[in-house]
Amino acid sequence: MNSKDRLALAEWTVNEAKRNGASEASVDIAKNRNIEIEYRDGNLDQLNEATSNGLSLTVYAEGKYSSNSTNDLRKETLGRFVKESVAMTRYLAEDPFRGLPDPKFYQDRSTAKLQLYDSAYESLASDKRIAVAKEIEALTHQKSSEVLTCTAYFSDTLSQTVKVNSNGFQGETRETSFGSGVSLTVKDGDRGRPSDWAWASAKFLEDLHSPAEYADTAFKRTMQKIGQKKLASGVYDMIVDNRSASRLLGGLYGPMQGSTLQQKQSFLEGKIGQKIASEKLTMIDDPFVVRGLSSGHFDGEGMSTKRRVMIEKGVLKNYYIDTYYGKKLDMTPTTGGSSNLTFEKGDKSLEELIAGVTKGILVTSFVGGNNNSTTGDFSYGIIGMLIENGKLTQPVNEMNVSGNSGELWGKLVEMGNDPYVYSGWRRPSMLFEGVHFAGI
Amino acid sequence: MGSSTRREFLVTSAKGLALASIPFIFKIDPARAITAKPGADTLAAYLDHFQVTEATIKEVMSAALAKGGDYCDLFFEHSMSNWLGLEDNAVNRASSNISFGVGIRVIEGDQTGYSYTEEVTPKAMKLAAQTAANIASGGGSSTPVEFKLRELPNYYPIKKSWEEFGVDQKMPFLTTINDRMLSRDNRIIKTKIWLNDRTAYSMMANSEGQLTCDFKPMTTVFTNCVAEQDGVRERNGASFAGRQTGEYLSNDLLTGLADKAVDRTIRLFDAVKPEAGEMPVVLAAGASGILLHEAIGHGMEADCNRKGESIFSDKIGKPVAEKFVSIVDDGTLPNERGSINVDDEGNDAKLNYLVEDGILTTYMHDRISARFYGVQPTGNGRRQSFRHNPLPRMTSTYMLNGPHSKDEIIASVKKGLYAETFTNGEVRIGPGDFTFYVSAGYLIEDGKLTKPVKDINIIGNGPDVLTKMVMVSNDMAIDSGNWTCGKGGQSVPVSLGLPTVKVSAITVGGVAG
Repeated sequence: MNSKDRLALAEWTVNEAKRNGASEASVDIAKNRNIEIEYRDGNLDQLNEATSNGLSLTVYAEGKYSSNSTNDLRKETLGRFVKESVAMTRYLAEDPFRGLPDPKFYQDRSTAKLQLYDSAYESLASDKRIAVAKEIEALTHQKSSEVLTCTAYFSDTLSQTVKVNSNGFQGETRETSFGSGVSLTVKDGDRGRPSDWAWASAKFLEDLHSPAEYADTAFKRTMQKIGQKKLASGVYDMIVDNRSASRLLGGLYGPMQGSTLQQKQSFLEGKIGQKIASEKLTMIDDPFVVRGLSSGHFDGEGMSTKRRVMIEKGVLKNYYIDTYYGKKLDMTPTTGGSSNLTFEKGDKSLEELIAGVTKGILVTSFVGGNNNSTTGDFSYGIIGMLIENGKLTQPVNEMNVSGNSGELWGKLVEMGNDPYVYSGWRRPSMLFEGVHFAGI
Repeated sequence: MGSSTRREFLVTSAKGLALASIPFIFKIDPARAITAKPGADTLAAYLDHFQVTEATIKEVMSAALAKGGDYCDLFFEHSMSNWLGLEDNAVNRASSNISFGVGIRVIEGDQTGYSYTEEVTPKAMKLAAQTAANIASGGGSSTPVEFKLRELPNYYPIKKSWEEFGVDQKMPFLTTINDRMLSRDNRIIKTKIWLNDRTAYSMMANSEGQLTCDFKPMTTVFTNCVAEQDGVRERNGASFAGRQTGEYLSNDLLTGLADKAVDRTIRLFDAVKPEAGEMPVVLAAGASGILLHEAIGHGMEADCNRKGESIFSDKIGKPVAEKFVSIVDDGTLPNERGSINVDDEGNDAKLNYLVEDGILTTYMHDRISARFYGVQPTGNGRRQSFRHNPLPRMTSTYMLNGPHSKDEIIASVKKGLYAETFTNGEVRIGPGDFTFYVSAGYLIEDGKLTKPVKDINIIGNGPDVLTKMVMVSNDMAIDSGNWTCGKGGQSVPVSLGLPTVKVSAITVGGVAG
């Protein structure tokens, strides 16, 4: 099925829904081809390749709402699928807040060239994928005879989607994404087998790392764990490296969601215009980053995307409000979920941030833990390094960091200059003052 | 068969309004109805359900093994999943998913090639088989096998499939819970309830001639509530899951769940944070099994051991805990969420001892690992769906009863924590670091439970904590919560359990003293 056929099928399905009594309908059709390669200890370990299809149908009928999906896209069965979806929806309770977006939000769709499709995908053969993974693995393994095991990865996806809303929206995407990396394990005497990894994701093949870069990063990070131990509980300055910092941002992101706010589970309720962090935090939702991993011209509901300042110098400016919760909260919708998040950078590298700390912990990984969106409390396991007088002196593990997101972000004293570009959330490393760690 | 190349698996009856409320019922010809106990006529029903013949399966296997390869299997699956939600006192949202396809795996040595197709036609399946075959090198020819359908036990008998419940029959389950939550305490300001039912038919055939079929029901009820008092809000919830269907959702079960959610929430108004640091922790029976899942479960999955990644890689046969500690993984518990009649590679579900009388005994194996170690399969080769290749996974992981009692365990703690409800956990199997998040519990002071506590992460080291399980009670319980385990990009449903256990020292993420 090509994209023209997909669009025709989506339109047909929307019309079928209306023919069966839906007042409004929305259809998404997606086709994904996905390939994954694992290369371990000198051998090809795993080779996965497949193509999947899916159709989802959102029904609004007699003031009621449901959402239904299937991977059987044949018209003869789809007809029945649509009929039953609409029939079933009628049994639910009415919900006056449900409906498609106001069509005014479909206007002014950006036409900026985002570069989300890499034509290099078309000529990428599996031998090449395997060769790249093989080289990454070999270079990593060669680093030391202490390497117990090492697995390199290469994966890519071609994703093609179409979306049709019955009140006048049509949109299509065709995107590639690539990922590669390596993980390795070394022995640390009787203490265990520390492991770490390096990874990059990108929309374009050429933006992945070189095999040597993966090997260097993963090996360095793993060796940094030899001799790790837990320290005394106490108050330390905390640097979170850019790779790990997304976990802390989650403590703000969840409470910014419309559903969380409306269900009274957000400690950020009523705080638009208030300072919720230090001036170092400026967080922008930017759907137009060229080759950005979460870039796009329209959001999950079809509303045209916009660049929005979510937090400006510590002041909360916007929530993530979709059409439904916008109606429930009597707020203008923004968008239901993040696209790319970009941050106002500082001027220091991670090394420079470390050099400026007298007594602190560099967190290189969070392990489990959770946060309570209602109160803002959080508690996470950590792995990292002790910082003493500007130097990394002792690998650290088996400790927890606890606090409250309402207070933590007031202690943000520096943002790094190193945004993590292998995720939609392009966060830099961050330095916080006076954070409590639990250990011995 | 007409022009349809495969069976329609979305069929509705025109028989009346009640049935229109049923999302996508699929009914097999009653003369070949799938009964609780599989038999010879079951195979015909399953082949018919997936519209394949044994001859086609053999052709696909030949294609799969044409480039070499020691082994191949085909995993057919048809699943139907429905979610029904209550928010702001109305059952006003529903979601459904139908998924159908076949996954084809080729193994050479310990290397895996995998592909899948959603079109269960000979042509599409052969193409997927050729793709999976690329893992092998050199030529090969396979000897055609004769399939033998294995009769399986049924660990999750049910009377009425979810396929026969209409939306109108499900809605009262949610309103019953909601009414109870709101009436139990007038500080409750918000409630949110979800019912998820899933039904899956699967059929596995392999190049050794094994053929197994299974029918898997699953029910999950998830509740959440927010209470407000003097401008302060707290939230908590409770869940239930099991391989059951709607007939099991009695009034007692539903109101019991509502009570649990409300009581856990209200208690939090009085909750404090414990002091941070190492302290004794008493794990309440049941859901505390999450500690076993993280501390030892993942580290005992055979794949990470054969790769040398796990801290348990060199510890089989060694003492790892007190003699009264035995930890098992057991796929055979009646109607539990983690139970399987057969694993997704055709091997029998079993009770396997991970730790027997304090000695590290058996890894949990998939086919590749069992062959690598030269042992019998343990029935732990599980996959999320036909789109995924099997990996060693847990089923229901629990500890057997020990010699102590709950009362003496709590009385033995001068200053510590009683951990009761949990939301999630994680492990790094190399160093053995694991954590679990305590959403509710109590301080223990001078041998008594005192103030409630909340929102604490606990972190420990697997082998270390095993040695520090100094008291084990005789009140083992399996938690019936909605536990889902993620590994390698795949999720599978699991269960866990524990008697009341005392860990002499573990790091609690509290606040400065």
